[in-house]
Amino acid sequence: MSEHLIDLVGVCKTFGQSTVLSNINLFVRKNEFLTLLGPSGCGKTTTLRIIGGFEYPTNGDVIFDGKSILKLPPHKRRVNTVFQKYALFPNMNAAENIAFGLRIKKVPSQEITRRVEDMLRLVNLRGYGRRAVTSLSGGQQQRVAIARALINEPDVLLLDEPLGALDLKLRKDMQIELKNMQQKLGITFIYVTHDQEEALTMSDTIAVMNAGEIQQIGKPEDIYNEPGNAFVANFIGESNIVAGVMRGDYCVEFLGRRFECVDKGFKPDEPVDVVVRPEDVRIVPQSEGALTGVVRNVIFKGVHYEMLIQGGEFLWKAHSTVMSAAGGWVGIVVAPDLIHVMRKVAT
Amino acid sequence: MLPYLLWALLFIIVPILLIIYYSLCVETDSGLVFSLQNYSRVFQPIYLRIMWRSVALAFMCTLFCLVMGYPVAYIMASKEYARKGFLLFLFLVPMWMNFLLRTYSWLTILERNGIINSVLSVFGLPNIDLLYNEEAVILGMIYNFLPFMILPIYTVLKKMDQSVIEAAQDLGADSRTVFLRVTVPLSMPGVISGVTMVFMPAVTTFIVSDLLGGAQFMLIGNLIEQQFLKIRDWNFGSAVSVILMTLIIASVAIFSMVDKDSEGGALF
Repeated sequence: MSEHLIDLVGVCKTFGQSTVLSNINLFVRKNEFLTLLGPSGCGKTTTLRIIGGFEYPTNGDVIFDGKSILKLPPHKRRVNTVFQKYALFPNMNAAENIAFGLRIKKVPSQEITRRVEDMLRLVNLRGYGRRAVTSLSGGQQQRVAIARALINEPDVLLLDEPLGALDLKLRKDMQIELKNMQQKLGITFIYVTHDQEEALTMSDTIAVMNAGEIQQIGKPEDIYNEPGNAFVANFIGESNIVAGVMRGDYCVEFLGRRFECVDKGFKPDEPVDVVVRPEDVRIVPQSEGALTGVVRNVIFKGVHYEMLIQGGEFLWKAHSTVMSAAGGWVGIVVAPDLIHVMRKVAT
Repeated sequence: MLPYLLWALLFIIVPILLIIYYSLCVETDSGLVFSLQNYSRVFQPIYLRIMWRSVALAFMCTLFCLVMGYPVAYIMASKEYARKGFLLFLFLVPMWMNFLLRTYSWLTILERNGIINSVLSVFGLPNIDLLYNEEAVILGMIYNFLPFMILPIYTVLKKMDQSVIEAAQDLGADSRTVFLRVTVPLSMPGVISGVTMVFMPAVTTFIVSDLLGGAQFMLIGNLIEQQFLKIRDWNFGSAVSVILMTLIIASVAIFSMVDKDSEGGALF
């Protein structure tokens, strides 16, 4: 798991006046499932297109298996792409679409037929080979696109929001299927999405991007539990973000009170962002709370209730399986290790 | 629906029925009498030759337009080419001018004392006959109809999903393979409508052949014009028109059969 397959070194990209990527450094290991996660326009698709060879970086280098591949055109790279809108060839049927890559490599036709059949089975489309791609549903087209890329046995599969156009149920199923396929075939996946849940579900590693920069790289658990800054905290899952001040090691002050925390090494009185996940906000009787507030709103979310609690200036979002009635006063407690203190992002 | 039906009836169906009616009659002293005589006349060798020549010239013109027009459309539609607006404008400007005028201008270029021959005589070279032959007619047709080939192909290429091209590159296709396996098949609807839009006016034209081919140069269009306006044999003229119409419908049907799946073939 330690061998780097792809290295992006100081990659920058500008389109005219606007900077899309600034100094992206990123490595991908063999057999890793890496997700580039970020809001639209953060540069994640451009990063993918640079790896695929469809964009040329303004600066920096792309190293593949120890060699720079900047000079290689897309058709000579050992990567294949699943495009956002599938980009199937409308003039060919499903099997012809899947066979395209092998036909170009002049693979014998018997072998093509056999491998196309294997692929159709892998993506659960047996018997659909002769169907026109335009007559397939979104999910089926998606599978054809995946099969078309995988049949070439690439070292790396690039996926650009491949599930974006599918409905929720299908998306969830495909997430699991994709993950299974990746593990079964042992192919490196680089996956682009703006859906944080998708990223958390599927990835080995997540790179959170915003405004052309990588905000944090890490395992899904680490990204979720220890977000590096307020942007990541806010983008990955829901968060209460309060402005605070470090009053010393293990002591942060916000909303007029001092709290014990597990963070240290800040300058004295350094202004910080304090992040608390809604599920980490514990609701207690008013008298026992470190902070108090009035419940403004209760929404039933299925497994839990979401409550908005007005505590002075700040509106807390709390998740709990126990409902506190709207209009009532409650107390709020947050355990020290669930208070995440972050340096302010320079914006 | 009803307004459309009325419109179609008035401007399409009634005129066609009238032409068919005329073509099936001959004029006698006692008025119009039913007869197939006009049609048997159409199949006389002299008229068959004219028809063959029309189709052959129109075919040549269409072929040249395709060979010349596709690259132009391709270059204009490519995203690297920055001045496409200007190039498109250059191709469209002549179309805003009168058809007759455009064809006349070739006369002044090609004629005995025209521009080309004047240049030749400056260098002491002998004059050449450029006018009043098939080449001149084809040249005039190509010049007039080329934009009709370029525009539909350009439109299709321009609208083509760029990611499909990228997908082909991604799957290992070099630029030549991408062009042959993806771009060309996907641009077939544009090619078909371009071919139709060039072939149809080319096979029916009479102005180009009249001006650049000379008075003796007969194409099917000239024949119809002559029958209606000079000889005033409307019945025979109608019969030739009906045959011509059948010819065009048949050729369009053949074009669309070449590429059944595309939208261009939706007519059949």
